Amino acid sequence: MTKRARAVPSRQRTRELRRTLWPRGLRARLLVAFVLVTVLGAAAAAWSSAGSASTALVTSTQARLAETIAGQIGAITPELTYPPDQESLDRLRAAVGPNTLVTYQNLRSVSGDGTELITDAVRTEVRGGNRLVTQRIVAEGTPWLLVGTPVVITQPDGDSAPSGIEVYAVHDLTDVEQQIEGFTRSAAGTAALALPPAVLLALVAARSVLRPVREVRDTARRLAAGDLDARSPPRGADELAELTVTINEMAESVQTSMAAMQRMQADARRFAADVSHELRTPLSTLTAVVEVLAATADEMAADSRESAQLAITETHRLVRLVEDLMEVSRFDAGSARLHSEEVDVVGAVRDCLRVRDWLNRVELVAPEEIRLRLDRRRLDVIVANLVGNALRHGTPPVRVRVLTSHEQVWIEVTDSGPGIPQRVLPYVFDRFYKADAARTRTPGSGLGLAIALENARLHGGELTADNIDGGGARFVLRLPVSISAP
Amino acid sequence: MATLLLIEDDPLVRRGFQLALSRHGHDVRTADSGEEGLREFHSARPDLVVLDLMLPGIDGFQVCRRIRAVGDVPVIMLTAMGDDFDVVGGLAAGADDYVVKPAQPSVLDARIRAVLRRSAGHDGVRVHRDLHIDTTALTVSLHGRPVPLSPTELRLLLTLSRAPGRVFSRQLLLEEVWEHDYLGDSRLVDNCVQRLRAKIEDVPAAPEYIQTVRGFGYRFGPV
Repeated sequence: MTKRARAVPSRQRTRELRRTLWPRGLRARLLVAFVLVTVLGAAAAAWSSAGSASTALVTSTQARLAETIAGQIGAITPELTYPPDQESLDRLRAAVGPNTLVTYQNLRSVSGDGTELITDAVRTEVRGGNRLVTQRIVAEGTPWLLVGTPVVITQPDGDSAPSGIEVYAVHDLTDVEQQIEGFTRSAAGTAALALPPAVLLALVAARSVLRPVREVRDTARRLAAGDLDARSPPRGADELAELTVTINEMAESVQTSMAAMQRMQADARRFAADVSHELRTPLSTLTAVVEVLAATADEMAADSRESAQLAITETHRLVRLVEDLMEVSRFDAGSARLHSEEVDVVGAVRDCLRVRDWLNRVELVAPEEIRLRLDRRRLDVIVANLVGNALRHGTPPVRVRVLTSHEQVWIEVTDSGPGIPQRVLPYVFDRFYKADAARTRTPGSGLGLAIALENARLHGGELTADNIDGGGARFVLRLPVSISAP
Repeated sequence: MATLLLIEDDPLVRRGFQLALSRHGHDVRTADSGEEGLREFHSARPDLVVLDLMLPGIDGFQVCRRIRAVGDVPVIMLTAMGDDFDVVGGLAAGADDYVVKPAQPSVLDARIRAVLRRSAGHDGVRVHRDLHIDTTALTVSLHGRPVPLSPTELRLLLTLSRAPGRVFSRQLLLEEVWEHDYLGDSRLVDNCVQRLRAKIEDVPAAPEYIQTVRGFGYRFGPV
């Protein structure tokens, strides 16, 4: 028990955590999923097109730059002396452009702006090969394209040979970068544009899914609340419509079996009521004539007298049984009514004991007087039952205590016997429950405690059974001070 | 030796009660239907009628009303129901008392004797405003005109007017007037008070002589 109770909060915490991470409710989930899919799709498409566009832009920029350099080198080279001197190098540099540098072995031309950015990697590449090399770098937040190329000399016999002259150029890529950023922005914009229609579409989709779900839920709620006529009209031919049809079928079958059960129950109750009713007529005759028998018993022979005595005893028992059955039938039919009047509870309990000659066999512990509105006859039935049981099944002394608070009046009946066996306790208020199959038959009808309990409940009260410490059964009747019939 | 009329449709029950009540010293006449019972009532002039509610033809309620219409012979109802509705209906029809079947003849006999004793005399005349109660002649007059009361109504009025201003609980009235030993039906009292008010109060809804003390009982006396 305690272990489980400790485990519950942690499970709850996990569940709550999950709730905060993932939206609750089908509608919210559908919405989030739908919007995520749409926006991610749009973003992926826009990103990939922006990516390919920027790649193309960089490539074409590089190609254009390389072509320009190559063209300018090609145009000026024939006018240069070879091997070049400082002047030749400077001329070559001037021809190629402002942001360039030309080297030949240890000679360096006047360097243009930004040529200090040229990396060793580019130099090594240019020196080792005979092709144009490019590298992109970012220096102080500005993107640069570095271009390096060896100048190839074409011999008179048509062979090409490296001349040892190297041309380096740097090119500011800021414009290109800005263009690429533009692409990216427009991609993000595209994705953002997809958001409102995605939300709208998701709402519409969610609604079309959720309306039937809600209808089914409302129907289920009404069914649970006991309105077995509740049905939902199925729409369309999808799974939701199938679910609706299934729920309707379920309700139908529940309703049918409930109706059958209620009919059977009503029939059984009516039968019990009718039977006990019919028994009253012959019992009236018996009751009348056994009294005549009793009055004349003294003049009979011994065996006739004993037979007459038995007939009298059993007739009275039968009368009790039929009266109790009628009472139970009235409770079952809901036709039992309270006739409340202001009563002194203590006086009523004392009267109950006095009329049955129990005052000298029962110890009554009670205050002077407790005034309460209740049904005097029904209180008498309850007290007579409890005390009668204690006297029959318990061991003296039997004690009746009447206590009161500002909310309740307690009437407690205890005996000093071994108490009620634990296995019997749950059933003591059941109809016709026999605590022991081999028990000697008692004058009771087997309905006494069941009727007492119903009478207590009719007053808005309660009747409970348990054992006191040290043995002895205890029955406690609790009546509310302000009786509100249930 | 009182003459009783027992109206009961079931022959065995009828015979059983006739045997038992005869042993208690009554002269018991019987009838097996309401119509037969009313005929017998007029010819035998019984001191008291024991009437079964569930009768073929005209039922016990009707029979009781017709008996009430021609005089103040007390009526004790035998009801096989015990259901509240029937009891209230029976009392409203003017029954003095009722016994639930299956009834023990000794109980029924006690009730019969109690009803018959209600005609016992006192002495003197009690005057309360316009209401004169002659406890010797057992007559009551209002504004100088005689008011016919049934034995039960008279006994109730005598009991209440014996101590003007005193509050009588329903339980006490049941014991005094109906002589129910214990746990009678307090509706008998309420019902009889209503009938009495209808006869002696100028405005039964605003009673002058028989006051209700809410939740407790009744009190006699112009306040």
